[in-house]
Amino acid sequence: MSVKVGFLHTIIRPEEKMLIKELQSRKDVELEMIDVRTLHFNLTKMNFEFDVIFERCINHSRALHALLLYESAGIPCVNTSKVATVCGDKLLTSIALKDNNVPQPEVSVAFTEDTAVRAIEEIGYPVVLKPAVGSWGRLISKINDRDAAETILEHKTILGTYHHSIFYIQKYIQKNGRDIRAFVVDDKCIAAIYRTSEHWLTNTSRGAVASNCPITDELSDISIKAARAVGGGAVAIDIFESDNGLLANEVNYTMEFRNSITTTGVDIPKHLVDYVIKVAQRGSNGKN
Amino acid sequence: MVECVICGAEVTKPNDAVIGELIICPDCGTELEITGLDPFTVEEAPQEQEDWGE
Repeated sequence: MSVKVGFLHTIIRPEEKMLIKELQSRKDVELEMIDVRTLHFNLTKMNFEFDVIFERCINHSRALHALLLYESAGIPCVNTSKVATVCGDKLLTSIALKDNNVPQPEVSVAFTEDTAVRAIEEIGYPVVLKPAVGSWGRLISKINDRDAAETILEHKTILGTYHHSIFYIQKYIQKNGRDIRAFVVDDKCIAAIYRTSEHWLTNTSRGAVASNCPITDELSDISIKAARAVGGGAVAIDIFESDNGLLANEVNYTMEFRNSITTTGVDIPKHLVDYVIKVAQRGSNGKN
Repeated sequence: MVECVICGAEVTKPNDAVIGELIICPDCGTELEITGLDPFTVEEAPQEQEDWGE
């Protein structure tokens, strides 16, 4: 039986192109491209003929709200709006990790400059200050001392949007030049890479170099636990190696993987499309 | 082939082009978004926004 996949997107990155090719190669898939910028939703007329929505938008806000609307119309989505909600907000992610006993770096949250300084000094320098919503290492600050803390907090208060008035503070983990990106699809850790950089930020979007990371039992365990904590589905987890073992840092719900296929030898688009078809055929995201 | 909307240089359609795909102008380096395949059209790609990412 044919499966009708609605591919929700904005701009097409290399990842989306690989996924489109994979979907087009499947005989049992009818693919319809949905540019979220061309949509409007009338809540009284939401009849869609998709078996599944595969969300690949670059904008978190559009992705999340479109997912909520499609789910309201009864269409299963990959990922779910729940996963997008939790992963799209670093504080919600940290709470989910904490509630599910997934090890993570120490996190503190404050709402004013004064309490943020107190929270930072309680953790101890250096710390990392992050906007709760954001990606690619954008507007993330490593704060080494009180002078820097006061300056950055003042700038955020005066120049930032309201998102920046919630101070998400994370203990800085000495990464020794690398972290791990693990890919979990349908409750399995399918691949992992090291992201190595001389810069303290190790996002590949900031120039870090990807190389294969063997999937140990410990890595698989924390990756799957982190994925389950945010609601399952298909997610990519950023993990630090620390003296106290692996720590889950962030979870991404619209994973980028352009640097992770040749490095790992794993056909990530195939795994993702297999999962999307499975969700369509099951009619829901099941336990996730 | 079309002109880059910024510098006017010639921009060629990739063989496997997809609407929404980003391509780079070979002359000025501007990121362009493919908006049509037949005829081939491009626009300047949207600028990165605060909630962009993965």
